[in-house]
Amino acid sequence: MKEQAPALIIAIPLLISFINIPVGLLRRSLCYPLTIIATFSCLYLSFIIADTVINSGNISYRLGGWEPPWGIEYAIDHLNAYMLIIVSLVSFVVSVYSKKSIEKELAREKIIYFYTIYLLLVAGLLGILATGDLFNLFVFLEIASLAGYALVAIGDKRAPLATFNYIIMGTIGACFYLLGVGYLYIVTGSLNIADLTKLLPPLYHSRVVLVAFAFFIVGVAIKIALFPLHTWLPDAYTHAPSTVSAFVAATMTKVGAYAMIRIMFTVFEPSFSLETLPTTEILGWVASAAMMFGCIMALAQNDLKRMLAYILVAEVGYIVMGVSVGNREGFTGSVLHILNDSFMMVSLFLITGAIMYKEGHRNINNLFSLHKKMPITMGCFIIAAISMVGVPPTAGFFSKWYLILGAIDAQKWFFVAFLLLSSLMVAVAFFRIIQSTFFKPSENHNAHEEPLRDEVPFSMLLPIVVITVSLLIIGFLSGQIIDSLIQHTVPKGF
Amino acid sequence: METITSITPIIIISTSLVATFLIFFTGDMSKNLREAWTILAAIIKFGFVMSMLPLILEGKIIEYTVISIVPGLTIQFKVDALGIFFAILASFLWIITSFYSIGYMRSLNEHAQTRYFCCFAIALSATMGVAMSGNMFTTFLFYEIITLCTYPLVAHKETPEALQGARRYIAYLLGTSIAFQLTAVFLTYSAVGTLDFSDKGLLNNARAAGISDLFLTITFVLYMAGITKAALMPFHSWLPAAMVAPTPVSALLHAVAVVKTGVFVVVKVVLHVFGVNLLTELGLGTALAYVASFTIIVASVIALKQNNLKARLAYSTVSQLSYVILGVALLTPSAIAGSIMHIVLHAFGKITLFFTAGAIYVAAHKTEISQLDGIGKKMPFTMAAFTLGSLSMIGIPPLGGFLSKWYIGIGALEAHQLPIIAVLVGSTILNACYFLPIVYAAFFKEAKHDEHHGHGHSRHGFEEAPAIMVIPLVLTAIGAVALFIAPSIFLDLARLVVTSVTGGN
Repeated sequence: MKEQAPALIIAIPLLISFINIPVGLLRRSLCYPLTIIATFSCLYLSFIIADTVINSGNISYRLGGWEPPWGIEYAIDHLNAYMLIIVSLVSFVVSVYSKKSIEKELAREKIIYFYTIYLLLVAGLLGILATGDLFNLFVFLEIASLAGYALVAIGDKRAPLATFNYIIMGTIGACFYLLGVGYLYIVTGSLNIADLTKLLPPLYHSRVVLVAFAFFIVGVAIKIALFPLHTWLPDAYTHAPSTVSAFVAATMTKVGAYAMIRIMFTVFEPSFSLETLPTTEILGWVASAAMMFGCIMALAQNDLKRMLAYILVAEVGYIVMGVSVGNREGFTGSVLHILNDSFMMVSLFLITGAIMYKEGHRNINNLFSLHKKMPITMGCFIIAAISMVGVPPTAGFFSKWYLILGAIDAQKWFFVAFLLLSSLMVAVAFFRIIQSTFFKPSENHNAHEEPLRDEVPFSMLLPIVVITVSLLIIGFLSGQIIDSLIQHTVPKGF
Repeated sequence: METITSITPIIIISTSLVATFLIFFTGDMSKNLREAWTILAAIIKFGFVMSMLPLILEGKIIEYTVISIVPGLTIQFKVDALGIFFAILASFLWIITSFYSIGYMRSLNEHAQTRYFCCFAIALSATMGVAMSGNMFTTFLFYEIITLCTYPLVAHKETPEALQGARRYIAYLLGTSIAFQLTAVFLTYSAVGTLDFSDKGLLNNARAAGISDLFLTITFVLYMAGITKAALMPFHSWLPAAMVAPTPVSALLHAVAVVKTGVFVVVKVVLHVFGVNLLTELGLGTALAYVASFTIIVASVIALKQNNLKARLAYSTVSQLSYVILGVALLTPSAIAGSIMHIVLHAFGKITLFFTAGAIYVAAHKTEISQLDGIGKKMPFTMAAFTLGSLSMIGIPPLGGFLSKWYIGIGALEAHQLPIIAVLVGSTILNACYFLPIVYAAFFKEAKHDEHHGHGHSRHGFEEAPAIMVIPLVLTAIGAVALFIAPSIFLDLARLVVTSVTGGN
């Protein structure tokens, strides 16, 4: 099984996703355990893969036994292994959480299809991460995106319009990406990433290659909602069901960021991305704009989920910023921030889902005395918020530490200022919520008696607590995570 | 210098953390049990702090590395003379404040007492963390924890004014610490690749390593702007705003733990991050001394205008904190000693004053200075303590406050900074101007009978606050006197600090 792990980690969710439909039509209650089994297997396999990579080096798996570059290769190094763990962990946690939340928010007959599409999305994302083939990556990107559109569309009544925007933007992004793949195929005749790495350097000044690179970056930038191509994200993530928002917010943009890193530093050499074109310079400033814009917009929101969506736009800026400064610290910070931000986003979106479950709305100004009703949930909210702001010893601090050190090392003082300024704005955004939920007395006058404790069901509470506590643990383990995985992902020459 | 590895620092920090859990889980069961945990933790904590004292006095350093998270970011404790000085002060005053808090909270029948005592205990843990930290990261970590866990204390009343004050509190403290202090930490690390405190200053060799003066100056300015807990002008306005908190909170946190953490970190940055040599070469010490002088005078003038007793005390605190900064900024041995002594001397004086303000509020429900006429006759013990506290603030022998002013004055002469002497004299006069009228009114003016006539004039004799509140404030007042007569332990520790930071010259 160890040898087959890279294929199994995609095959299992894909197969169970289809099994879900016939099984679900017979007995709807079986979908949930099946999904948990699938995501748990992925989690288990991702650890096996990571263990193999750490102890015996990179994995190259030939699908169907065909030799690359003709056959499809699944090439897994430290970066893939790291990302696989993040995505499968998040998918497992969210699937545990999903049951009650979905039952409350969705019509009953939709539940089967929800789980089917959910697993399809998981399979797509894991596929993007495992594959070593640019076209195969496109295929999985589309699987994930299509599943994503469907999941967003089953949300509230404004979800269809949001999804429509999302589809238009997402499809444009996919087109750009596919054009890039096509251009590279024209000049090199290969789609295998490792093969392209060898074939491309002599062609670096070919106009076709330069355009292909630009297409890749724009295509991926739309997928990760990099400012100013983020317009689809806030609507889509606000109107999607809580469970879906939590999962896509934590994984979609991160997997996109992975694709960007792969293209910039593996398909092309770091020297190309850093020097031949002013890509990193542009990306750095765009990322700064994303951080500022995301935070400012977050401050203006009254819907908790929409605020988180804008913070996500800012967080994408952080990740891109770290990559763009082009040194070891910045890159480490980015990769670490992918992990931290997924966890923070899952935690906060799950908490939002829990508030939605109990209160029925998410308006920041109308949430009173929540700490008395839901003390555990709101305790987790505080930890996640503090981590978002980047206060030690929570995880968020350590990635920011590296990001800022990277910016200082590169002498990009404006970036340092932007990073700190956006931390401050995030702090303001969250303290606004903490103040209104914890300290503002209810305007409802008959509510003088203490509100009763009323937590969400255990199956929702446990994932929230686990993921939030892990924010503290990850914080303390940052050094080990960097030593065992992240330091090997830093491109040569950094 | 000998270094001993010991887990005592961990025990000290975890005592009140354990207490926090016990308070939280037993809070709803029994009030007495809950308060017992606070008192027990306070006493145990003080005991452990004192157990380290003999070793420190022998010139040893107690060290413990908890975890090295990533290179450069290590949670490490290193207890030296300066650290234990602050630890003793804060842990001792916690015991007294705990008794006082219990009296205050019960007399006023305040709400959310469990939350209050929990946050209080965490704040003390974090203060110990700052006191004993061995590098700038650990300091920053606990500095932020203090900010976060005192926010609920400031917002305690949950009224719009309390929320507004708390909002300003958190905005100033968290905002500047992230924007400026954290940046300064980054710059320090990127310059020398370490954050460990050292007696000569961790940036001492930075100039030799080719770091520009401009870079160092910017870093220093960022530190001073970022350590807002020290209430250096123009970043002081959170302190008066935070006076909406219950009085015991103002007393311990805003006269001792929070603000003293601020000046303590300033002292740390001056002595252990930059070092006496470097700051003398850059001339930044003198610049800081003048900013501090400005704060001393201006805050005192503002204090004169305040009619609310706690607001006047708050501005007095702003002014007095800058004495500590002024002393250490002069960079001469006597001034540093005076500055460190002022941390403890001001603490005893100011906590007494805040305690009396709370006692007056509990016993007579008065908050404004103009209402205090004749109150000395009803509350003689309280007002006697108030008198001692204000005399100590003014710096009249035989009260503690005199000692530190004396040392700082000598330090100013050593540094050939005569204008500083004028500042000291001027501020002493201003202190007298805003404290003595209160004392005069309390003892020598007749009470206005038209106020509170429902119960005001019908009773004669003493109307003191409960004994559990009066005894602590009398004790701290006696402490202020005792520290003048026998400052030995604190003075020895201050001298140890001075030798270690200036010893090489």
